[in-house]
Amino acid sequence: MAMSRHVVGWMQAAPLALVLAGFLVLPVILIVVVSFWGATEWSIYPAFLWDNYEFLFSSPVTYRVFFNTFKYALITWALTLGIGFTVAYFLAFHVRGQTTQIALFLLCTIPFWTSNIIRMISWIPFLGRNGIANQTLLDWGLINQPLEWLLYSDFSVILAFVHLYTLFMVVPIFNTMMRIDRSLLEAAYDNGASGFQTLWHVIVPLTKPGIMIGTIFVVTLVMGDFITVRFMSGSQSANVGRLISNDIALLQYPSAAATAVVLLCTVLLVIAILLRFVNIRKEL
Amino acid sequence: MGREYDLELVNVSKSYGDTVAVKGLNHKFHAGSYVCFLGPSGCGKSTTLRMIAGHEDVTSGSIVLDGFDVSDLPPAKRGTAMMFQSYALFPHLSVRDNVAFSLRMKGVDQTTRHKAAGEMLELVDMSQYADRLPAQLSGGQQQRVALARALVTKPKVLLLDEPLSALDPFLRIRMRAELKKLQRELGITFIHVTHGQDEALALADEIVLMNNAVIEQSGSARDVFNAPRTEFVARFMGGHNVITLDSGKFALRADEVGVGPSGMPATVTGVEYQGAHVALNATTQSGEDVLALLPEAAFFADPKNPGDAIALTWNEGRLHRLQA
Repeated sequence: MAMSRHVVGWMQAAPLALVLAGFLVLPVILIVVVSFWGATEWSIYPAFLWDNYEFLFSSPVTYRVFFNTFKYALITWALTLGIGFTVAYFLAFHVRGQTTQIALFLLCTIPFWTSNIIRMISWIPFLGRNGIANQTLLDWGLINQPLEWLLYSDFSVILAFVHLYTLFMVVPIFNTMMRIDRSLLEAAYDNGASGFQTLWHVIVPLTKPGIMIGTIFVVTLVMGDFITVRFMSGSQSANVGRLISNDIALLQYPSAAATAVVLLCTVLLVIAILLRFVNIRKEL
Repeated sequence: MGREYDLELVNVSKSYGDTVAVKGLNHKFHAGSYVCFLGPSGCGKSTTLRMIAGHEDVTSGSIVLDGFDVSDLPPAKRGTAMMFQSYALFPHLSVRDNVAFSLRMKGVDQTTRHKAAGEMLELVDMSQYADRLPAQLSGGQQQRVALARALVTKPKVLLLDEPLSALDPFLRIRMRAELKKLQRELGITFIHVTHGQDEALALADEIVLMNNAVIEQSGSARDVFNAPRTEFVARFMGGHNVITLDSGKFALRADEVGVGPSGMPATVTGVEYQGAHVALNATTQSGEDVLALLPEAAFFADPKNPGDAIALTWNEGRLHRLQA
């Protein structure tokens, strides 16, 4: 049974390659193909037209919606990074004992026992006009009338994003931090570095790959999202995902496909730029 | 102008809860000497070094450096520098930036700190590697960089935590010669923690042998080797037999034991050819194992085999009485 190593290697890679080809590459190709099709109010027909892209790039809505998407991604990224780094730093460097570390880490994952949608919707009774937050603030006399911007606003959208995705930042950063040799921190101390200097000159540079992986998670999740924006903004804000879902609701598949292709290219571009900064390969 | 002593431990103790790691250490270190802390693992030697460095608090007592009590100062303010066992080089910084790290933390400008780092790299003969990352260096080269990084702070005392243990045996012998040479050139005190007695004998002006949280014996390498105070010292330093006679326990160097026509009766248990010497293991009638290192020629003039009955002889004057 002497099969060349070459053949064995291909056979081992084949199952995953087939799954990816069938469920990732093929659909993407289909979307690209459909994005060139034509559409009328009641039908779509195969063709090779640039109409969908022309319309997309000539509409001011597109630019506004893309701007909104980037805005959500950037603000969510900054907040999840701030919170995620702090939590990971606390877990990795301040919690003593691996058991406590694991226990606290699992505690962070408890919200993930329910679905995204439920976690999102649970904010509504809390943030609503007569919700717990407003009632409490009124009771304490901090405000005279309910705050309107708590729910169905950019605030609530970003709050939900941060709530949903911070863990995606914590996990990779925590993972990289745990691999930092503790004697490096001692060496920094021995060389006269203050706590902040150790953080800035030793821990942050060594945590960069983890930060980058978390960034990719958060940015792609936020840029591809449509449901959070819809629920939490009360359909008052839009991002690219909602643009696509609206098109699909109107059965405008070619237009939706074109928007999806542009979004895909944008996200890939963002990731390509991120990867220029940090080599994450050594983390994988 | 140097004072006679620059580092002194005054009744230094360290305990973790109920566990005593170091118990009431008193010791003065001669300025500009090469000191080896020697002992089995868990004897407290590393803890002592880390207390001198400032990486462990002292539970009680004080550490005096150059006339000042430094027990409560952070490491960088003490005038000590530490070289870590695994070197602890910053993997994201070039060799030059690693060496210049402490200067950067002090806010020294780039030109000055790169110049200082360059001089240190010159000292350890690593100039041509200044732009490499630590991962691109061999173990011996990493060690030199770690040395340069520790020395760039101009410490009065350099602390080395098992610096040679990560190297292969060949490199270990070469690096220890370099350490000794460097210490002579710089004229500062080196305190070197090791569990290898050969390393300590080769390097040390003074050996401090620790066991069970206390100093068992200290002195020059020759004194400690030739005049072990206790049975533990004699056995740990190696090359000694501990023999119980009517008048007490005595240490006797293995190369002082001979085989003669009359003496202490014993049975040969093993013979090992070691080149210049033959190591002959024998058991006395009281059941004690004795090692005799016999010159090759003397052994083969009258070879012995395991099981042979022999008589062990020695010069009475070479017996060294042990206190414990």
